[in-house]
Amino acid sequence: MTENGDRMIDEGGPVAPAADAITGVLEPYEVFRQEKDGDPMRHGGNVMAPDAELALHYAREMFGRRGESIRLWVVRRADIAVLEDLDLLQPPLDRSFKKPGGYVMRDKLAAARERAGTAKPKARE
Amino acid sequence: MTDPRALDPILAPRDRTDRPDGADRTARPWNDDLPHDERYELFEVHVLAGGKIEPNDWMPDEYRTAVLRFVEMHANSELMGVLPEREWIMRAPTLRRKLALTAKVQDEVGHAQLLYRVAEDLGKPREAMFDDLLAGKTKFHNVFHYPTRTWADIGIIAWLVDAAAIVAQQALRDSSYGPYARTMQKICWEESVHIMHGRDVVVTLMTGTDSQRAMVQEALDRWWGPLMQMHGPRSDRTKDRDLHWRIKAKTSEELRQEFLTIYVPRILELGLTIPDPALSFDKATGEGGEAGEPGEWRYTDPDWAELRTVVTNHGPMSEERLEFRRVSREATAWVRAAILAEPRAVA
Repeated sequence: MTENGDRMIDEGGPVAPAADAITGVLEPYEVFRQEKDGDPMRHGGNVMAPDAELALHYAREMFGRRGESIRLWVVRRADIAVLEDLDLLQPPLDRSFKKPGGYVMRDKLAAARERAGTAKPKARE
Repeated sequence: MTDPRALDPILAPRDRTDRPDGADRTARPWNDDLPHDERYELFEVHVLAGGKIEPNDWMPDEYRTAVLRFVEMHANSELMGVLPEREWIMRAPTLRRKLALTAKVQDEVGHAQLLYRVAEDLGKPREAMFDDLLAGKTKFHNVFHYPTRTWADIGIIAWLVDAAAIVAQQALRDSSYGPYARTMQKICWEESVHIMHGRDVVVTLMTGTDSQRAMVQEALDRWWGPLMQMHGPRSDRTKDRDLHWRIKAKTSEELRQEFLTIYVPRILELGLTIPDPALSFDKATGEGGEAGEPGEWRYTDPDWAELRTVVTNHGPMSEERLEFRRVSREATAWVRAAILAEPRAVA
């Protein structure tokens, strides 16, 4: 006998909640994982879950099953603030002065050496 | 309903350190509720083996204080370090130089933001750090207590002061405090552009008129002393707790040697004279350089009395810089208040 053995026979009564009683909603949760001590947290993927607790369980199954993570951060996707407007992030302006490639010194250095009468220093290592 | 125990650890705290499968050390056993000395020992084993500490980890008060002091001083230096340079934004010789200098100042303040965040997580509120900076209870780097007299100073600062700083900062990318180490990776990337900008300014001046060249030499003469003092006096490796806990990786003398090895040839290449007749590389002694090859730089002992005077806010510009900071903090107080204020309906 099972605990609810009387329910094993279909007596026509409700054995499962009616469809309209399901109130939970699955939502995407983004999973960030740290592979080894000291590493930055990197995006791993996402899981669908009805709440944060189950999201942790699923994340553990999906991203921790092979011992490949030492820490997981699980965040409801709806809680992530996103900015992806390239006009703001990569404005179409010359910003080369902010990058190493914006400074080409070879010719200037050669001119400075000639002016000073010095030789090019030997490369290190 | 999930099993409430499903996310509980499988092994008891004490069984988690030596895993028979030799797997990566995943347990953080010092976080468990153990007697202080036991925790302390587990913490030390982890850190001395090159492990990282994260903000939510338990850590001994001494470690927390040491990291906080180190990061706070670094943050203060980034914040105060832009003041000598900002004075030259309006006087930059070309639009491109003005853009580059503005971007550098913006970057450095950004570094201060990142570093104050790291420090805040260790338990000291940002406002308390600003209070202490203005009250002279905490310090900022010696080089930012001096005036910037000419445009050549801007080149020398961006090239050589940033270079001396980056030598130290690169050694911090492997700090035992995880958030600091990761922040330093971003900061070092940005600093490398500042060095290019500074070197470009200097090299351009050195291909210019005689008076421009003389201006660079005059700037180097003034900055060389503070540059040599910047990393601090030689210290005993075995007594340095920051080294012991791997908060930092190198002694002040190692950093100074490294700086000299890289930059002395580049300075001399331009026909500049380094204002220290005793400066020479002695191949016979020491273990200078990253590669640990024999040889070390000899130089006139830096003026440590000057360093002490300057970093205790008795430098030529200390008061003026702190006053500027005080005034701008007051002038921007309404912004911080507005961010935290209750939203009010607007008609």
